Amino acid sequence: MELVKSNYLDGLLPGETSLPPTPRDWLNRLRGDALDVANALPLPTTRDEEWRFTDLAPLYKTTFRRADHATPLSAVDIARFDVPEAGYRLTFVDGHFAPHLSVLDASAGLILKPLAAAVTEQDLIAQEHLSRYVDFHGDAFAAVNTAWLQDGVFVHIGRDVVLSAPIHVLFISTRGEGASYPRVLLVADRGSDCTLIEDFVSLQDAAYLVNAVTEISLADRARVRHIRLQRDNANAFHIATCGVKVGRDAHYASTSVALGARLSRVNLNVLQAGTGAQCEIDGLALISGRQLADTHTLLDHAQPDGRSRQMHKCIAGGAAHAVFNGKIFVRKDAQRTDSSQQSRNLLLTERAHIDTKPQLEIFADDVKCAHGATVGQLDAEQMFYLMSRGFSETTARELLTFAFAAEIVERIPVPSLVQRLEETVVRQTQTRTSQP
Amino acid sequence: MTGKTILEVKKLTATVAGVEILKGIDLTVRAGEVHAIMGPNGSGKSTLAKVLAGHPAYVVTSGDVLFEGSNLFDLAPPERARAGLFLGFQYPIEVPGVSNSAFLRLAYNTVQGARGNDELDPLEFDDYIQDKLKLLEMDPAFLERSVNEGFSGGEKKRNEILQMAILEPKLAILDEADSGLDIDALRIVAGGVNKLRSENNALILVTHYQRLLNYIVPDFVHVIEAGRIIKTGGKELALQLEDRGYDWVAEEYRAKAA
Repeated sequence: MELVKSNYLDGLLPGETSLPPTPRDWLNRLRGDALDVANALPLPTTRDEEWRFTDLAPLYKTTFRRADHATPLSAVDIARFDVPEAGYRLTFVDGHFAPHLSVLDASAGLILKPLAAAVTEQDLIAQEHLSRYVDFHGDAFAAVNTAWLQDGVFVHIGRDVVLSAPIHVLFISTRGEGASYPRVLLVADRGSDCTLIEDFVSLQDAAYLVNAVTEISLADRARVRHIRLQRDNANAFHIATCGVKVGRDAHYASTSVALGARLSRVNLNVLQAGTGAQCEIDGLALISGRQLADTHTLLDHAQPDGRSRQMHKCIAGGAAHAVFNGKIFVRKDAQRTDSSQQSRNLLLTERAHIDTKPQLEIFADDVKCAHGATVGQLDAEQMFYLMSRGFSETTARELLTFAFAAEIVERIPVPSLVQRLEETVVRQTQTRTSQP
Repeated sequence: MTGKTILEVKKLTATVAGVEILKGIDLTVRAGEVHAIMGPNGSGKSTLAKVLAGHPAYVVTSGDVLFEGSNLFDLAPPERARAGLFLGFQYPIEVPGVSNSAFLRLAYNTVQGARGNDELDPLEFDDYIQDKLKLLEMDPAFLERSVNEGFSGGEKKRNEILQMAILEPKLAILDEADSGLDIDALRIVAGGVNKLRSENNALILVTHYQRLLNYIVPDFVHVIEAGRIIKTGGKELALQLEDRGYDWVAEEYRAKAA
């Protein structure tokens, strides 16, 4: 398969050679289809409704290449990313699995391994689920990720298995102008319970591209807590799509925190496919300088008695630009849906900018839906209250900004991450509010 | 009583959103004194309290205020708090996400630290605050909640007096400290305030009703109307106002002026 040299792949990835075939025909076909789609799709621009607020021009200016091998790293290099509560860790360096930096303890009812191994060893499960929850046909970045699918994370949790310790997946970027295509597939069988942490970090300051796809399937009564930390460096480009299917009486809870990247775009698409499905979606973007953080979510209530609660917060300092687009669909059959969505946004400077667009589309008649959006500065009455108790204006501002962010951070069910993120928030709100 | 002068307000005028609310207030408060400021709704009582604390929505247009002999308006609101001025809010503000314990400790360390007292770490503060909680019959569980968030009206008012207890102001201005309190909560709040009184500090009670003054007995009662203090008397004036309302005071004032 050759790349057609007339599209944005050409600009982004010149000289990339196609991958060697895998032992599985279905996977070779999937990659081939995705490559065709990637070649056929036009370049997203701000003229596309889905990209109205996010100009990808800076991304197209740089050429990014996949690393053909991983930079050798030792445990010391990544010690600061350690999550003590985690029972398992899979580490990827520039897209390559690093077995010596990973902990894959065997556990009854859990299959946790690199996707490259799973596509042969767990052929049927992988084939049944891979590329089923993120549709690449209208999404050039997901198509490229799928075309370049080589390795990733495979998690299968058996029926009624409860995993008490979280799974930590660490994606490390070490190269300027490098591109990586992280891929995660989590299949949670009926009644199972687990926590997945996806963590995107860097060990250097030059620009790189992360183009990630995550797929999660929750069978009936499964519970998944999904934590996503995007702390790429300030020059990075981070594009990601996460597709989730929530079965009958299953419960999906997502907390997504975006701190890094010059430009980030995260799509989270949740399909409540079974009766009584529930989800909680929390997001925080804390950015400054010239950063842009764009979050698009789609909660699709397809069956009756579903519940969803969403809170998305953006804090923009400097000349940063935050975007939130939150769609909620309530289908004709999704009677008695109870859904709430809040978008709360804080501007720390006059040059910062936030676009928020909640969209509610209801086709059922017996539903309860509440949504709202606010964009503003810190509350003047709260500021005065704190200052009347002796707090300086700066301290009052920092404390209120911290509190605004902490509401989301504290929902992460991993104490060490909460503590570390709160330290980061304190540091960032301090440097950010002191800037003019 | 002849304590030293803590507050001296001279011909103070102030506006909110361009409208003049205070039209020439004169008031002197000495150490050891309790002053009640009473008056009908919209007379300017709360405005005076907020102007003294430095609320940014209120603009001082003329007049002087000396706090312990220095120009109060030279101080930003946090500096006024550190200098010993305290405003108990009529409607205490909720601050979600900030724990009451962290808030109280930071306030203590900021204000008491500025006076040269040792700052307290969380454990030390936890010891220190227990007596103050008892003073207001507050459950220590209050400390773990966000500042005023989801508190009942009475809980919010007690939390205000708790702050007064730890900040030890020279002058506390309590704006409608009794509004929204049932009789038991009123007794607790008033009892707490009385225990915090000394010959070195002073109190201004801004109140619409006489009820609070049964519990915290004032030395002076001032009636404010249309931005001016139109009558000053002793504690018996409050009882007269309770019986006869405010209209007769205004008529008497207009007759005198005419």
